[in-house]
Amino acid sequence: MNLMTESGPDALVVRVHEERIDAAVAIQFKDRMRELTAGGEGPVILDLSRVDFVDSSGLGAIVAAMKVLAPLRRLDLAALTPNVARVFRLTRMDDVFRILPEAPAAEGRIRAAE
Amino acid sequence: MTVKPDQDGAGRAAHGEDRFARCFPAEPYAVREALRAAVARFARRISPEDAGALELTLAEVLNNVVEHAYGGRADGQVDLALSHAGGALCCRIEDCGRPMPHLAIPEGTLPPTGVAVAKLAEGGWGWSLVRGLTEDLAYERDGDRNRLTFRIPLDAV
Repeated sequence: MNLMTESGPDALVVRVHEERIDAAVAIQFKDRMRELTAGGEGPVILDLSRVDFVDSSGLGAIVAAMKVLAPLRRLDLAALTPNVARVFRLTRMDDVFRILPEAPAAEGRIRAAE
Repeated sequence: MTVKPDQDGAGRAAHGEDRFARCFPAEPYAVREALRAAVARFARRISPEDAGALELTLAEVLNNVVEHAYGGRADGQVDLALSHAGGALCCRIEDCGRPMPHLAIPEGTLPPTGVAVAKLAEGGWGWSLVRGLTEDLAYERDGDRNRLTFRIPLDAV
């Protein structure tokens, strides 16, 4: 599960460098999100611009990541592709997450997370 | 209604792209590969939206077979058969796992969203998605086999 983090001015940005968050990788995603956000503070933005497919297992893993951060930190989502946006709409989870139309632009300090 | 997908639409099979059949092990990476192959088979003749609906619906149904019908058994097999006819994709999924509870397809009520974050459900959307994206959804237990059939209506392209 290839996730990259960037410490932006307002939030930690986690960029998902995978095409899918599905049943095959849901547990890995949840575990990696927990590791990458552990010990930090402030909001987290999940950049989903490279993800074309999320199933209900993947959605559950994203919700689980949000629950790990709450109540002190929020998880926002950014740059949903049409297929992924449909899953959030059909499950009404678009009411639960703040969804940004675009991901924050890359800044200088980038570190590979895996 | 009993439709034998191996016979219906036989006249169209000449195109070679109107049907898809595959038998594969009930585990998540085999499901991924079957989804990829199924979508690739129809991708040129259906819209990207319909391809997305096909992939999501099949993923939910197949994940359910892996997680619930076989529930961790390593030797489970799934039969997937699809045919493109009459403005829809007709889908049939069979397995030899445990029957559906009460021999019925779950209602698929969406989990509530107006609750504290700590109380949000981390699953339970699958059947609601399937019901919302399909028509003529039917289940039967035939001896030791589960058989689920449905149609995915296609946009007029």
